Amino acid sequence: MINDGERMRLIAENLSGERGGETIFSGFGFDLAEGESLMVTGPNGAGKSTLLRVIAGLLPMAQGAVRLDGGGEEWPTVASACHYVGHQNAMKTALTVAENLRFWQDFSGSPHLAVGEALEMVGLDGLGHLPFGTLSTGQRRRAAIGRLLVSYRPVWLLDEPTAGLDKASEAQFAALMQAHLEDGGIIIAATHLPLGLRGAKALEMGRPGNV
Amino acid sequence: MLALFLRDARLGVRAGGGALTGVLFFLAVIATIPFGVGPDLNLLGRIGPAILWIGALLASLLGLDRLFQADREDGSLDLLILAESRHMLPLTVFVKCLAHWTASVLPLVIAAPFFGLLMNMEPAGIGAAALTLLVGTPAITFIGAVGAAVTVVLPRGGLLISVLVLPLVIPVLIFGVSASYAAVAEPDPFLPPFLILAALTLFLAVIGPVAAALALRYAAD
Repeated sequence: MINDGERMRLIAENLSGERGGETIFSGFGFDLAEGESLMVTGPNGAGKSTLLRVIAGLLPMAQGAVRLDGGGEEWPTVASACHYVGHQNAMKTALTVAENLRFWQDFSGSPHLAVGEALEMVGLDGLGHLPFGTLSTGQRRRAAIGRLLVSYRPVWLLDEPTAGLDKASEAQFAALMQAHLEDGGIIIAATHLPLGLRGAKALEMGRPGNV
Repeated sequence: MLALFLRDARLGVRAGGGALTGVLFFLAVIATIPFGVGPDLNLLGRIGPAILWIGALLASLLGLDRLFQADREDGSLDLLILAESRHMLPLTVFVKCLAHWTASVLPLVIAAPFFGLLMNMEPAGIGAAALTLLVGTPAITFIGAVGAAVTVVLPRGGLLISVLVLPLVIPVLIFGVSASYAAVAEPDPFLPPFLILAALTLFLAVIGPVAAALALRYAAD
């Protein structure tokens, strides 16, 4: 993406996170440039989800700072530049898949792909008219991934994005992520399974460290 | 923002929404009163506006607990908060309140004139009650949003919302009922209490969403 010639960087320094008043990780840092990705791994309870929520600004950080350099006027803050996919899919079961995606496209702005195209990219073409509640777990996850495509954000924060996906969809999603990185995006994903990204940096939670 | 309004209004009307529940509850309250009070038509006509207001107030509290909780459970609330740099959170809350009011409370206001007939109210009284409900019920929703935001993390916050919100809506109730009465009881002026009611709604339309947004911001975990 064009941003006044300056390259975008997502930088975190000395991050600490706490849950319920207890520090669960501290001293983490990373520095990601355009086209770079970070895989956060670690055992259950190591704080992977907390780290992602701290980066997004959904949880207050106990210490440290996260900043986005070179975001320009379009992406003034980290939160404004982020797509966040959490454990929940953020879709309404009573609305159809297409209605859900259209809503997020209208609400998030910066439209990227059309809803139909996005559904095709995640292998849900022809299912847009179904209520979201009738989809299977894996299909719901794919619809949530479709949300990443309907409006553009340079930074993707993904929390267990492949939970419930079959092998074919995993590969399809890996290709989508690769395309986003080649487009100058940044991806931070918390995962147990390898996501199949080339050249991804790794951050193992459970012990302090820097990337 | 229009997209958010349409989505929430659509959700309120479709399966799982509380529009019909509210109207039925309202009807149940109104229909039981004459049995409790007895067949004194004059008495019913006299207490009619107050009963309509209390019924509408209680019915409009019904769906409030789902205002933010549904969004929290499916993860949408996180994204609404994340979008803060694009859409100010108080504005998002305001739009959600408007959608909730349109889908769940407006049907109550529309049904109120029919229920007024059950209370043997005269036409002028029914008109005044419906008009005051139309102007006053948004205030209940805006206060309710604060309660809903504070209790969003609680799995059974519904009753707590009512307990939190009821004391705060007393002024709305007082001015709503006194304006409705003034329309039928000759010497009392209608306009002053009605204007205060309108002012309360406008005031709370600002205070409510700002307070609710603050509560939501810090309830995220």
